[in-house]
Amino acid sequence: MSTDLYRWADQLQLGTDIDNPVMPFLRQDRIPHIWCPGCGIGTTVNCFARALTESGLDLDKVAIVSGIGCTGRVAGYMNLDSFHTTHGRAIPFATGLKLANPDLKVVVYSGDGDLFAIGGNHFIHAARRNMDIMVVCVNNFTYGMTGGQVAPTTPLGPSQTTMPYGNFEPSFNLPFLADACGAVYVARWTVYHVKQLAKAMQEGLKKKGFVFIEALSPCPTLYSRRNRLGDGVDQLKYYKEKSVQKNGVDTKELALGFQEEIIVGKFVDRERPTWLESMNEHFSRVLGTRYQPWGVTHAED
Amino acid sequence: MVEKKEVFVQGNIACAEGALYAGCSFFAGYPITPSTEVAEHMSEELPKRGGAFIQMEDEIASSIAIQGAAWAGKKVMTVTSGPGLSLMMEHVGLAAFTETPCVFVDVQRGGPSTGLPTLPGQADMMQVKWGSHGDYEPIALAPNSPQECFDLMIKAFNLAEIYRVPVFFMMDEVVGHMTERVQIPPAEEIQVVERRWSSKPPGQYRPYEVGEDLVPDMVKAGDGYRIHITGLTHDERGYPAMNPTAHDRLVRRIHEKIRRHADALVDIREDGIEGAEVAVVSFGITSRVAAAAVELARQRGLKVGHLRLIITWPFPGRRIAEVARHVKGIVVPELNMGQVVLEVERAVAGRVPVHSVPHAGGTVHEPEVILEKILEAAR
Repeated sequence: MSTDLYRWADQLQLGTDIDNPVMPFLRQDRIPHIWCPGCGIGTTVNCFARALTESGLDLDKVAIVSGIGCTGRVAGYMNLDSFHTTHGRAIPFATGLKLANPDLKVVVYSGDGDLFAIGGNHFIHAARRNMDIMVVCVNNFTYGMTGGQVAPTTPLGPSQTTMPYGNFEPSFNLPFLADACGAVYVARWTVYHVKQLAKAMQEGLKKKGFVFIEALSPCPTLYSRRNRLGDGVDQLKYYKEKSVQKNGVDTKELALGFQEEIIVGKFVDRERPTWLESMNEHFSRVLGTRYQPWGVTHAED
Repeated sequence: MVEKKEVFVQGNIACAEGALYAGCSFFAGYPITPSTEVAEHMSEELPKRGGAFIQMEDEIASSIAIQGAAWAGKKVMTVTSGPGLSLMMEHVGLAAFTETPCVFVDVQRGGPSTGLPTLPGQADMMQVKWGSHGDYEPIALAPNSPQECFDLMIKAFNLAEIYRVPVFFMMDEVVGHMTERVQIPPAEEIQVVERRWSSKPPGQYRPYEVGEDLVPDMVKAGDGYRIHITGLTHDERGYPAMNPTAHDRLVRRIHEKIRRHADALVDIREDGIEGAEVAVVSFGITSRVAAAAVELARQRGLKVGHLRLIITWPFPGRRIAEVARHVKGIVVPELNMGQVVLEVERAVAGRVPVHSVPHAGGTVHEPEVILEKILEAAR
């Protein structure tokens, strides 16, 4: 399949001098990136850049925070205030950043292992608090950076280097988890669905409160090769053929099986006061004039 | 509290007030005995004094939430005790490597593990020196009274800003919970060091470019600099630089920025060192017991000097070595099985005997135990 892709690229005469609209969003002095051919992380970055363009946000006021792992490298390539933190702790760093300067739009961009294994506790609490951050999880079902170990998102069945006889642990249904913890916006797309993913990110950037977007992505080097799933394009074909869009469906129904049907769409879009709004409202009522609403007069400190 | 010049409070409250006077406007923490009163006081005061407080889900989250807030421009702190400190260790390294100014208060209790939650210890001294993986140079201060909890907390914040390092404030259960008179000077008399903001415009600013003093100037997120900050080894631009040359350069500099200023970082309260036969080296709560032991020894006609370390890390080795030239022996009492004494021994380098007075914690030494060692050292 991939040779078809190269032929297609040749036909379009895509040269190196092409004026790619995404380039201004990247730290061009850090390119080439580290991602493997066929990996979907770069595709999600492309969607994110497009979402930023469409959002109309002042890019000086957008900060991106990543944890550790392949997706953890996203922060380093974005031409934004960007923080590459520790494994699993992007969300609490982002919480501090957002609370200390509520003018910032803070995006957490990390992988499934980072956000849901080591970082799971922070995810559920940030969602519960309705912290005003957007969390993008690139879910490739594996630990890519360390060589393909089992993740809390690995479906039952496939082999991983630390599940060499096939995974027997149940996996997380991430949208259900986010929904149950109180996220105000929950969507899942794959890297085949670039337009929908970019739109979800754009909506997420506009939304106040805890936003969760799951982006399924191939890991051809490890997960696909180990489980004989072909290359990146073969996984895109799988996404194309097996994805069913069901907006608003009960998130309980979104569990993922190995190479089985993928339900995509926007599942949650609701309003709930953010942590900061709740704090300001509460303290203003309780403390009266002794309280100066945080982030209103202090943002420029 | 704000208007009063003199208050009667416990060390934990004095510590929190010191932080507020130092300009702390963001606090993230997690409850843990015997430090919790610090967090409680901050939760009550910050909303009324232009700051934000959040109780995070654990100490790991607290220790990195403050770093996010620091990069948004705030002066920040967290507070904990032994078990929580252990959880924070990875982020001590992050702060050291990304040069994020922040203050970690450790109200020490008996350890290891859950140990003695409500009773004192001083057994985290080496943990704060070495606890995070990799090499770095932290700063640590040890107050011995509520008054010092206030005064030295301001110093702790100032040092964090000057050197852009994690600064540890090494209290203990007794200092944290003892209630004494605390004088709060008028705000204008309190010296507060502000962040070393860069004057360079975006485009010219490089996050880890340094001048003579080896400490980079800082900017904050949201000001158009589009900084990249990473816990990976990085170059002056802040970009990952995974090679031995860049690593050597960066790791050396974060050591050298402290070592080059070692003399400025000596803070010892000395008493009767001139002509002393024996010197006692102590810190924190133990220094109060040691002072009583020194007094008992003097009543017996011995010439005993007392060096109370205010800044324990970096260790004032040069001064200790000087003192070792003029005394017969050095006595080091501490509420642990012998931690800071290792540094004393290293500085003394065999010139005179160094007598450790270990104590597993849970209470303070009996002055007589320290006295006995002083007498032994004088023989």
